[in-house]
Parts: sequence; structure tokens; C-alpha cells
Amino acid sequence: MTNQDEHKAGIGGMINPRRYGIERVAYLLMRLSGLGLLAYFIGHIYETSTILKGQVGWNEFLELTQTNAGHAILAIVIAMCVFHTVNGIRVMLGHGGVGVGKPARPDYPYIPASQNIRHKIGIYSAIILAAIAMMYGLAVMFGE
Amino acid sequence: MAQTSLAEENASIPLSSSQSITLRIARYNPEHDSAKKFMEFNVPYEKWTTVLEAILEVKKHFDHSVAVRYSCRQATCGSCGMIINGKPRLACFTKISELNSNVITVEPMNNFPIIRDLAVKFERLFDTHHKVKPYLIRDDTEITTNTKEFLQSPEELEQYIQFSNCIKCGLCNSACPTMATDSSFVGPQALAQAYRYVADSRDKGKDDRLKIIDDSHGIWRCHFAGSCSQVCPKGVDPAMGIQLLRGYMLGFRS
Repeated sequence: MTNQDEHKAGIGGMINPRRYGIERVAYLLMRLSGLGLLAYFIGHIYETSTILKGQVGWNEFLELTQTNAGHAILAIVIAMCVFHTVNGIRVMLGHGGVGVGKPARPDYPYIPASQNIRHKIGIYSAIILAAIAMMYGLAVMFGE
Repeated sequence: MAQTSLAEENASIPLSSSQSITLRIARYNPEHDSAKKFMEFNVPYEKWTTVLEAILEVKKHFDHSVAVRYSCRQATCGSCGMIINGKPRLACFTKISELNSNVITVEPMNNFPIIRDLAVKFERLFDTHHKVKPYLIRDDTEITTNTKEFLQSPEELEQYIQFSNCIKCGLCNSACPTMATDSSFVGPQALAQAYRYVADSRDKGKDDRLKIIDDSHGIWRCHFAGSCSQVCPKGVDPAMGIQLLRGYMLGFRS
């Protein structure tokens, strides 16, 4: 059965953050920051491997990170790293059943207990901390 | 003299109201059509008119060929799940007035093969539901034991009663971002039902069920986006059930 036969929402449906609240936004940011950090990790290994070309090769490559574009990329990496860490802790705790509420007879309008205020605070904290860390990084890198 | 029933008389009378909305219905027949297309109808409505009633109004007075599955009209049978203005909902449980829009777009649920128009196939949902053994597993029965029934305290009942409200409407599977791309994922409906029986004090099949869902396309593919719980029309909260179930697997619960 093809994807069209199954009427799958596909990647577009998966990454669509609308209509499902801040939790779905956090889900999308978690995926984007994870992929971003993976790309940075691969780039970082490539960058450090230039040491094999000697001191000159290492210095030449390091200069790339000293440009405006290099600083901007590093600031984004800082934000991704902080968001992925803080939100990751929230998700890991949730995965263990911590902070997802207790089963109870639901009453209309059926507000899901697993989407409680503690998790929302965790998500907003991750976003705010990532923004603060990114701004601090920008201030350090561009403030010289 | 020919007699007509009240229902037949009502069927011939169109809704009369000063208010009306544009109802956009997705039309698609997999046997003939290459892509989904939308047909628009101007439908009158009252404050209490549901989306299902508007669709049935279209069937009665404009186009009887619109395919839609429904039965109870009171959010109990789980038949009329569809995407309404971009979000999975039960058509019988969604009033037009609460959508705050003059244009209502209805489409078949995502992640389910389309039979025609708004009707989708439920085979896979029922298969995965059956896969997690949705029944009590134990060696003895209430017939063979001396007691007439297996006793359970109210506290023990509270552990799972919320999850027994599931009506198998499939809205959770339609909203799930993992199901959007993974054809083999068990899905939030089946996982929530696995928790329902694992948490039942009368059940002895916990190890069996945990083995079934301990799979690369099982419980570990849930990333706690929570969309399943947000669309559940019965307050089941599958996301909570899945995380509590994972607590069993990680040893946080026993």
C-alpha cells in the first residue's frame, strides 16, 4: 500500500505545529534542534580533523568561525543545545510517567491532564532559556 | 391514503435559518479520482446544529452521493470522525457555532485509507487494537471461582476507568505526528488500551502486553507530542496512558 493509499499526513503533517498547542511546537523544535545539533556534530568532527593537516590548516579552518556568519551559526547552535537539553529533560521525565497526572474519571470539557501546566512551564522555560543563552552568546561573540 | 412517517416529513423540510455557512466537503473516490477535490454548499444552521447535521442536510437536499459514516449522533459510536477545519473531531460532537468560522471544511481523517469522500477504513486500527489483547487475561474465570465476581476497590477502578471510555473513533491516530509517517506504528489508541488492561488489578497479562509493545514501532516511537490527548472526544488522554505504560517498562511502576 503506498503512502497515498494510506492517506498519511506525511512529513508536512508531522511538522505542522498549528492547532495542537505549544506541545506540538515543542515537538517540532525538538526535532529541528536535534537535526541541527547532529549536523553541527558532524561539522565539528570535520573541523577538528583539520588538525591532521598541521597548525596552518587548523588555523585556517578556525578562522571560518570568527566571521559574522560563523558567529551567527554558533549562536543558533547554543540556542539549539539549550532548548534540546531542557526540553529533553522534560520529555524524559514525562516518558517515565513523571508529571503527566494521575488517571481519573474525566469530566467535560475533558482537558487532558498530561498536558498540564508543569509541562507548559517546562516548554516555555526551554524556549526562554535558549533565547537568553543565544543572546548571551551573541553579546560575547559580537561584543568584542 | 399514503402515510408518511414524521422522520420522512422532516427529511423533506430544509433547515430554515437566517444564518448560513459554506460547507466545503472533500470528495474523493480512489477507484476513479486521482486527487481530492472540494465541493461547496451553502447550508443554513442554528446555534445547536452540528457539522454532521450540516453534512446530512447536504445529502438530503443537494447531493445524496456524499459518503459519510455515522450512527449514534451522540459521540458514542465513534463513526463520524473527520478533519473539521484542520483538526480531527467527531462531526456529531462539533457544533458549527463553536467553530467561529463562516467556512467549514470537512475532510477524511489522515492516516486512514479512504474508502470514499469522508469515509475511511478502520481495519488497521482494529488490528492494532486487537494486537494488544484488549481483554482480561488470567487462568481462572468468574465461573470457576467461588466468588461471583472479581472484586476491585474504587481506587483500583480509578487506575484505568478513564481509558475504558475509548470509542475507537481514531481521532488520536489521525492527530499523531508519528502515525503521519510510520505505517507500522501501533498508534496511541492501541497503546492507551494496552495501559487500560495493564493497569486493571484483575488482569494478569501485563508481561504479555509489554512484550508486544516493546518494539521499534511500538511504544518507543511515541515522542509525547500530546496531540492524541488534545483531540480525544471522550477525555481518554492516551498520552498519559502511554507515558504511564512506559513507566512500567522502565521500572518506575510495578
